[in-house]
Amino acid sequence: MTPQMSPDTVNRMPNEAVEAAQPATTGEQPKLRSCKLNFYYGSFQALHDISLDIHANKVTALIGPSGCGKSTFLRTLNRMNETVKGSRAEGEILLDSENILEMEVSQLRRRVGMVFQRPNPFPKSIFDNVAYGPGINNMVRKSEMAERVERSLRRAALWDEVKDKLHKSAFDLSGGQQQRLCIARALAVDPEVLLLDEPCSALDPIATAKIEELLFQIKDACTLVIVTHNMQQAARVADNTGFFLMGRLIEFDNTDVIFKNPKMKATEDYITGRFG
Amino acid sequence: MATATFPRARPARRASVFRRMFSADSLARAGVFLCATAILALTALLLWELWRNSALARARFGFNFLTSSNWDPVAGDFGALPYIFGTVVTSAVGLALAIPFGVGAAIFLAELAPAKLSDAMTFLIELLAAVPSVIFGLIGIFVLVPLLNRVVPGLKEAFGFLPIFSGPFYGVSLLSAGVVLSVMVAPYIISVSREVLLAVPRDMREAALALGATRWETTWHVVVPYARRGIMGSVFLALARALGETMAVTMVVGNTPQIAKSLLAPGYSIAAVIANEFAEATTDLHRSSLTELGLVLFGLTIVLNAAARLLILATGKRAGQ
Amino acid sequence: MKTKLSFRRKAVNAVMLSITGIFTMLAVGLLFFILGYLFVQGGFSLNWNFFTKLPAPVGESGGGMANALLGSAKVLLLATCIGVPIGFLAGIYLAEYAPPAFASTVRFVTDLLNGVPSIVVGIFAYAIIVQGIRVGFSTLAGGVALGVMMIPIALRSTEEFLMAVPGSLREGAMALGATKSRTIATVVVPAAIRGLISGMMLNLARVAGETAPLLFTALGNQFWSPGWRQPTATLPAMIYEYAKAPYEDWHRQAWAAGFVLLTLVLLVNITARSIVARGFAHKSR
Repeated sequence: MTPQMSPDTVNRMPNEAVEAAQPATTGEQPKLRSCKLNFYYGSFQALHDISLDIHANKVTALIGPSGCGKSTFLRTLNRMNETVKGSRAEGEILLDSENILEMEVSQLRRRVGMVFQRPNPFPKSIFDNVAYGPGINNMVRKSEMAERVERSLRRAALWDEVKDKLHKSAFDLSGGQQQRLCIARALAVDPEVLLLDEPCSALDPIATAKIEELLFQIKDACTLVIVTHNMQQAARVADNTGFFLMGRLIEFDNTDVIFKNPKMKATEDYITGRFG
Repeated sequence: MATATFPRARPARRASVFRRMFSADSLARAGVFLCATAILALTALLLWELWRNSALARARFGFNFLTSSNWDPVAGDFGALPYIFGTVVTSAVGLALAIPFGVGAAIFLAELAPAKLSDAMTFLIELLAAVPSVIFGLIGIFVLVPLLNRVVPGLKEAFGFLPIFSGPFYGVSLLSAGVVLSVMVAPYIISVSREVLLAVPRDMREAALALGATRWETTWHVVVPYARRGIMGSVFLALARALGETMAVTMVVGNTPQIAKSLLAPGYSIAAVIANEFAEATTDLHRSSLTELGLVLFGLTIVLNAAARLLILATGKRAGQ
Repeated sequence: MKTKLSFRRKAVNAVMLSITGIFTMLAVGLLFFILGYLFVQGGFSLNWNFFTKLPAPVGESGGGMANALLGSAKVLLLATCIGVPIGFLAGIYLAEYAPPAFASTVRFVTDLLNGVPSIVVGIFAYAIIVQGIRVGFSTLAGGVALGVMMIPIALRSTEEFLMAVPGSLREGAMALGATKSRTIATVVVPAAIRGLISGMMLNLARVAGETAPLLFTALGNQFWSPGWRQPTATLPAMIYEYAKAPYEDWHRQAWAAGFVLLTLVLLVNITARSIVARGFAHKSR
């Protein structure tokens, strides 16, 4: 029987369901923690009481049907949705126990980086794209910049392909290469957390595979949060997965649990493709 | 599922109010805001100066300023009518010639010429709009006036019975100024009309052609009427330009403040008299009268520009429906 | 009957289409005619004297327009320093910061300013510079008049080209920790730079040919004009003076000056337009 996932159904879910939506912790402080986060675009409430923990050096995936609020939630983590007029957040989001909603926003974004759905390299050279972040944040001396650019491009598995044309325009690269360039650019400021908003949705399968592979390498030094509409991708890449529906967090657990043994019916329905 | 209790969130260090107010980012924002308001202030200042400097003349003459034909700096009596007359007549002649010419060329460029050729030719015609007024004046004095001297006798033979072609012709005249103006404003009519014609939806043309209409009939009976408002908008725009044209007009109009019934007679325009007399005006009243003339001219162009904008928008809306 | 009608309609069609074609040819031809005529009349009069000597007294040959060339350069430099920064920065404000209501107001007022006839702008410059602060006829007054004319176009073209930069670039920069002003300065403006430069060039070319407001601000000068507070000769004003005069030699020089002015204006126009055209082709990926 196909459940009707109306707002009423979701609202009538027992509270324990939401509270249970936390994976077993090791007792360590989570890298990012949201506490009863509510988010509004004007009078429309996009997120209801989101509470979850993002653990360090792990990949956390956020899944759910279109419009469920997963991207909105992602963008609150680096306060990118403040650029939308009339938006406001209530609640707390803690980065290492500091509330990000009260931090200086430029500093926050240096520590929590973002890669977007469509590659958006600057109309500058490849080198200048990667050097941009460290440059404006005054992170390195000029003499050390080249080394930092190389390191970032290596981490993004792009160095070998571009090392001979660093001064060419970023637009000379293919779509997949441009996205890896954007990852390199984000990594160049040594972020503690990297947010990825459907980073492969504009790319072909081969480019996608390359990026998924490098996510495994990056997570050792960085915490990753990835929004994806592709469930197989979440299953492949993520340690923990959160399922969003209509602005609510339905379930959050180890990826294995979510995909093989979900506790909530809604999660199971989504996973098995009954809706979404 | 027990979770460890975490220490209460430390309030993040937040820059003091002072530092936030004077941070580079907010200073930059304040700076560009100031520039925007500077423009508002500048325009207000301009209007105020015009108003203030014309006060003497407005107080002395009142509405008679607009109806009197007497312009006598020595006696201190100033009437604007000949200049208003000259401005209106030269612009009217200019438009009368430029409209058929301009709309015709726009039709060719929008409907008939292949795209690349059309773009190239439009580029060249738009360059014509960039030619300075004083250059048109040069060509006007040394090329057009001699040319008209040869053509007008023939014109007088054929149409001399009409009052507008009566009287002697000395080369410099309202007609000459009108012709120069037509050449100067035609590019605006061509450019804007071409764009509004191109914006007419394709299916209108196809409907007419499918009924057996010729290219010309389609264009003239269907496309042009549809774009009528936008074309009229371009005409208003051209008119606004023509009214303000100074140099080319003063070089060929004859600079004689009179109201004549013939186009072959010399005349004067508002912009031309300001250009010629302002630097040498000795009395405050003289300058004040010239300033009031400038105010009249400005008022005319405001009205026309507003009308133009509305008309061009109107065509755009129709196309979008 | 039918055939006759058909023939008439076809004839009308052919005739009207030809007429429109002729009109177009005339319009295009006019540009070449003007350029050619100026070249023939004035190009050959161009010599070293023209560019280096001061105007000679009436009757003497060998004079030039060196002071007018320099005067125009000074007036235009001043105009650019006044018009471009104000227009550019205000354009940034409108494109990146302004709330919609205020932006509309500024745009409306700017359009109003743009519609002021150039001669009336001259009256304004006279009122505040020549008379107001009592500097008298001067390069300063001329520069202010032309500068005021440059502001509206600088603002509109800046706003247009900045708004054409995609929002994803701004997001990318801000996500790296750049503040809004940093983003604008280091990413948005460089991305729009082609259009911005092109717009400034067209703006400059437009005011370079303006004569009317200079006639009672910069006035004119037979000699060099030192500094900024003296009346100065300018190229368009000289053309006007010389064309009016009854001397053959002066007419020749007017043609030469006209040729120089027109060539410069057209060159700047063509360059400005080609910058933008090429830019768009390059970016279409």
